[in-house]
Amino acid sequence: MKNNIWVVLAILLVIPGLLFTASCGKKSLKADIETMKDKTKEAPVPPPRAPAPAPAPAPVFQKTPEPVKISEEEIRAREKAAAMQVLMNEDVYFDYDSAALAPAAQETLKKKAVFLNKYSNVSVTIEGHCDERGTNEYNLALGERRAESAKKFLVDLGLAASRFTTISFGEEKPIGTDSNEEAWSKNRRAHFVVK
Amino acid sequence: MTFFRYVIVLVAVYISFIMPASSLAGYDYIDINSPSLRKIPIAVPLLGTDTGNETGMQLSRKASDMLSGMLDFTGYFKMLDRDSFIEDPAKTKSDISNIHFPNWTAVGAELLVAGNLQVKGGVLEIELRLFDTIKAGQLIGKKYSAGVNDLRDVIKRFSAEIIYYLTGNRGVFDSQIAFVSSGTGNKEIYMCEFDGSDISQFTRNKAITIFPAWSSDGHWIAFTSYIKGKPDLYIVNTRDRSMSVVAKKGINITPAWVPGKFELAATFSYSGDQDIYLLTGTGKEIKKLTNERGSDVSPTWSPDGKKMAFVSSRSGTPQIYVQDINNGHVERITFYGRYNTQPSWSPKGDKIAYSGMIGGRHNIYTIGLDGKDPVQLTGNAGDNESPSWSPDGSLIVFSSTREGPSRIFVMTAFGTDQRRLLAISGEQTSPKWSPGLNN
Repeated sequence: MKNNIWVVLAILLVIPGLLFTASCGKKSLKADIETMKDKTKEAPVPPPRAPAPAPAPAPVFQKTPEPVKISEEEIRAREKAAAMQVLMNEDVYFDYDSAALAPAAQETLKKKAVFLNKYSNVSVTIEGHCDERGTNEYNLALGERRAESAKKFLVDLGLAASRFTTISFGEEKPIGTDSNEEAWSKNRRAHFVVK
Repeated sequence: MTFFRYVIVLVAVYISFIMPASSLAGYDYIDINSPSLRKIPIAVPLLGTDTGNETGMQLSRKASDMLSGMLDFTGYFKMLDRDSFIEDPAKTKSDISNIHFPNWTAVGAELLVAGNLQVKGGVLEIELRLFDTIKAGQLIGKKYSAGVNDLRDVIKRFSAEIIYYLTGNRGVFDSQIAFVSSGTGNKEIYMCEFDGSDISQFTRNKAITIFPAWSSDGHWIAFTSYIKGKPDLYIVNTRDRSMSVVAKKGINITPAWVPGKFELAATFSYSGDQDIYLLTGTGKEIKKLTNERGSDVSPTWSPDGKKMAFVSSRSGTPQIYVQDINNGHVERITFYGRYNTQPSWSPKGDKIAYSGMIGGRHNIYTIGLDGKDPVQLTGNAGDNESPSWSPDGSLIVFSSTREGPSRIFVMTAFGTDQRRLLAISGEQTSPKWSPGLNN
């Protein structure tokens, strides 16, 4: 029963998602690049790697240079790079001592699912992290449950489980070391790294 | 109950060997109803030595200071100030006929350690005696002959004799403490002597290395390290460094050796759930010990190896449970607070120390196996975590952020005499007290 619901949900979510990305590829690209720029302001994340500049002018004897084709490739490459950045930059956040996916976390994961569906050859490592408040041992276990919970959500949306590896860092790799709720909430996260 | 038996033995030893029967009533030596033992006033004057021998004089001071430090470390004694002493045994021989006991009782001493130290051709000759100043009698007398560099070993041995005489247990002097420090930029495992001296780096993995665990013969240390990028289990021989690795899918964490066996428990998640497994000392799976859904981590064994306490999230919050290994019966023992982790079973078997979080702060508690009346041992001093018992059960080592960065601290099993053991660069966490290593 449960699986059926997920299949239906997956169809409902993923297919419109695919249609959306297919029909409005350029539009979403623009939006994504903007998002990325915002992120760049916040943290010194390197900008997406644009493909190498267009090759030197083609030899004279070649009659049909293909600037248009190159530009399409470039758009696709840029689009993919931007998508990968969003995939990696945006973390999935959790409540204290919880590996449950709150609505906001589910939304973040759905966005990631759209990208992952589009780029089916991309595999990711999902890192589970915790804030410093718990104890190291239990947090290492909690971090794994967080990463697994994010993975399960994506697999339930129809993505192949083989594309995901999970790893827990517990409280060993905090983003910030301040001891306040703002810092803690940023550390309670599942972080995606494209392999 | 074990605790009471222990105290009674302590009193009995004293009655039979030290206390004059006549002063029994007036000599309220130990109040067994009090959780904190009365500290015995003890005088440790400089050891006698040949005057004019510079090396001997230096070693005498060193030996006396070392002995004072070790006795003080136990928490059993009130160390008397040398400046207050009327008599200077350093100027005489420690021969009983030369000691005027009223001079020692007058400064409040109930026990006196006196002795001689000679250096002859690079060989150290040390004679040490423990006296009861009230009974005016000798309790222990030992002669040691050793290399000059073995002074600390001699002092450790005599300290152990004293503690054995007074408590029936040889104490902590032949133990070490393993801990984690982040000084190199990565967490690595370090070792030090029981008193925080002689610190050495044990692992150089250049990767997160955590959760050290001693085998009960002290020959093996198991730990978790991200050497291969994920948390795997490593089992290393402390002498020849031979090693086994358990790198199952998922987490391979929180090892704990079974007392008296070449077996350990650890948490794996390869099955899809985080459960505790029993392994051989080379990391081969013997059997799965827990089966409930949720995180089961941080096993700790009863001294007889028949039961295991561990942390489980099965109730929704992390709490401590005790499981009978033979029949699988499980009981929850912590009910106070919503975050109780890091259990450590006491060597006497009667208590479990753990860290509990109340009001956003972690503190060390002890609790009986009936789960009633947890006793809080730390408070109002940062976060206090990772309790680990000394092999004789008299002390607990733990980590504390009371000075800012996390450091290793030690206290008596009743929470008294809390002091920092060491501070090196980086932060120090996860201390684990070794068993006695001279067994």
